[in-house]
Amino acid sequence: MPKRVGMEVSLAASEAACAADADLIAAYPITPQTHIVEHLSELVADGKLDAEFVPVESEHSAISVCVGSSAAGARTFTATSSQGLALMHEILFIAPALRTPIVMVVANRALSGPISIWNDHSDIMAERDVGWIQTFAENGQEVFDLVIHAFKVAEDPEVLLPIMVNLDGFTLSHVVEPIEILSASEVSQYLKPYKPQMVLDPKKPVTMGPVGMPEVYTEARWQIESLLRGSKKVVVRAWKEFSKHYGRTYKPIETYRTRGADVILITMGSVTETAMTAVDGMREKGIKVGLVRFRLWRPFPIEELKRAVTGVKVLAVMDRAISYGGQGGPVFTEVRSALYGQSGQLQVFGFVAGLGGRDITAAMFEQMVKKAIRYAKKGKGPLYELMGVRER
Amino acid sequence: MMDAALKDFKRFTPKTLPKMEAIAQGHRACQGCGEVLALRMALKAIGKNMIVASATGCMEIITSPYPQTAWQVPWIHVAFENAAAVASGIEAARKVLMRKRRIPRQRTTIVAMAGDGGTADIGLQALSGALERGHDFVYICLDNEAYMNTGIQRSSCTPYGAMTTTSPPGKMSIGQHTWKKNVPAIAAAHGIPYVATASPAYYTDLMNKAKKAAMIKGPAYLHLYSPCPTGWRHAGDLAIEISRLAVKTKVFPLYEVVDGRYILTRKIKKPKPVKEYLKLQGRFRHLDEETIEEIQQRVDREYEALVRKAALAEAE
Amino acid sequence: MAKVDALVGWRNLEIGCAITEPGSSRKLKTGDWRSQRPVTDRDKCIKCGMCWIYCPDIVYSPTKSGYFKWDGNYCKGCGICARECPKDAITMVMEGE
Repeated sequence: MPKRVGMEVSLAASEAACAADADLIAAYPITPQTHIVEHLSELVADGKLDAEFVPVESEHSAISVCVGSSAAGARTFTATSSQGLALMHEILFIAPALRTPIVMVVANRALSGPISIWNDHSDIMAERDVGWIQTFAENGQEVFDLVIHAFKVAEDPEVLLPIMVNLDGFTLSHVVEPIEILSASEVSQYLKPYKPQMVLDPKKPVTMGPVGMPEVYTEARWQIESLLRGSKKVVVRAWKEFSKHYGRTYKPIETYRTRGADVILITMGSVTETAMTAVDGMREKGIKVGLVRFRLWRPFPIEELKRAVTGVKVLAVMDRAISYGGQGGPVFTEVRSALYGQSGQLQVFGFVAGLGGRDITAAMFEQMVKKAIRYAKKGKGPLYELMGVRER
Repeated sequence: MMDAALKDFKRFTPKTLPKMEAIAQGHRACQGCGEVLALRMALKAIGKNMIVASATGCMEIITSPYPQTAWQVPWIHVAFENAAAVASGIEAARKVLMRKRRIPRQRTTIVAMAGDGGTADIGLQALSGALERGHDFVYICLDNEAYMNTGIQRSSCTPYGAMTTTSPPGKMSIGQHTWKKNVPAIAAAHGIPYVATASPAYYTDLMNKAKKAAMIKGPAYLHLYSPCPTGWRHAGDLAIEISRLAVKTKVFPLYEVVDGRYILTRKIKKPKPVKEYLKLQGRFRHLDEETIEEIQQRVDREYEALVRKAALAEAE
Repeated sequence: MAKVDALVGWRNLEIGCAITEPGSSRKLKTGDWRSQRPVTDRDKCIKCGMCWIYCPDIVYSPTKSGYFKWDGNYCKGCGICARECPKDAITMVMEGE
């Protein structure tokens, strides 16, 4: 039987890479990701994980080493945060283009400036369009499970795309939770050894990453887009299989008390637990509110979202990042766009909260819901609203 | 350490050059390209059991426009500044996969290649990281002394006085106003087992150095002189002649740094004047006598410094 | 320049747009860039192989007889072989002459 232990969530992420028998880890330290790579280097140093630990000189090289490693046929893992993820930006596009199934944990943190080590989603939301599968964890157990799941999906011959598993920096990464840690042999029942489909091997020379002339660039990009969209069924299949093995069930979108709800709050990540408390409180007061949480962010689960909000009149969407000069936070604009033209009188309102480590309380969620109801009655609201910002 | 790795090293002679080619015909290098020639020679010497990680640049673009490739060995291109990091990943991955018995145990030469921009400028950090970490790989810098692929812009390897599209001579400018960055010295400062400079004019020397670099365990750095008729504005048949003159005028000295010890592999006893080298190239056409004299003095000084380093190593 | 068809549907692209046929650049006959071609006088040739080793376009290949065979399909006509031939056995002549 798998054991349930009290463990810091960062270490659970490392333990997951270890249980998945990762062959190579390349990483550069950045707060709040550091505990993940520190623990991995310990696991390698202690002989508990037979892997190469490549302590690179930057995140740009971390992801570059990962691409080389994956192209050479190794199961490859890395982790980063914030500025580190931003420094990887250029190569993030190339990893899926070369079909390298790298698994990366992102301990989400605000982007500079001003420099902030605290949590929000501005790092990951700047990387929405890079062609990676992206999942968001709510708690420690989910972090462990999503990392194992990520290898399964990424390495599926139908997919062969890299995956980012997101967890909130500090508020999730640095807390101790009871987590069921699966052993390598337990994981091996579910996750088979990686069989690379296109590999750098002197016996069978291939040219990887050729120049994409105008005649082929469109098709090359469409290959990634088609595969990424198509990966949803593999993502879901792998979660079903995971459930059979280990009893925990995951879906692209989670719902909470949405039955009979007039208003739905939409969240991502670890603040969802606070949002659930807020929903419970509001339900007690007679407000018919429910909660929807994205676990899968890329590919965007359009059908699941539509199903989850069927019959609902008002949506209050929370973002943890600003899209400067845009039309609201990224989650808000994407949700609204996904539901555009939906039958009925659905109105969608956007709220940004919890930037750079600012607390998000249950009361704040209640405010968002009440404001959304008020705006819906009036038939209009602001473009979006930044919660708790001081004017003077 | 060096001696053990090179126990089986056999020098190439003009009669024992390998026929193997890593790059096939039909590549799109300019007429008379000295860079693809230097690369061809180095890879011939290394042999077909290799994997190449290429930076963005002329050599990447002329060998790989889809759907054709000139490569006959496994090759990967990821981006401009990260050839050394990609090569690190390939090397480390193969190491662990061999240890875990997932691929056959076999020594494969991992080659990272980049131009002078990809090495001395944008790729310097990744190169330094890979050298410092001690990966078993060969880094080849193909130095054509500017960003040729993007249209002849200056790099930190562009020589003093040279005209490029971003170091144009003018009323207020002599052209490039900085001296060439000494990348082999930077590589050597990492304490790696092998650093060498080589020129395609001296092809057996170049190939012997490439072979040694491949045989030695740990990081090896090769700095290859790579004439560019297009960027240097010289006649298409002059690449070898100019390479030879660069050595004979002491502009591009040939040496090795073996475990930190400098060895001059071609001593220039009767040097030709630098002017003979400069005058064949349109990029130096605007230089006045005074500037040429300044270059001559600097070249002499740098060569003397190299001779002293080699003498010091010999005396040890 | 020789143009070789790259019109492939996305489903038929190799994984990651890789090219799996080594040396397929041979389909590009870069010889049509040339305005001059080298002609070797075999009476002067000493079979030293300088033309072969100094060719950026890998146009010369060794043969059993010891002479080096020139391949006009790829020669861009740079003239390095003619300049470097130690016996001046190679001369560049205008195409069409």
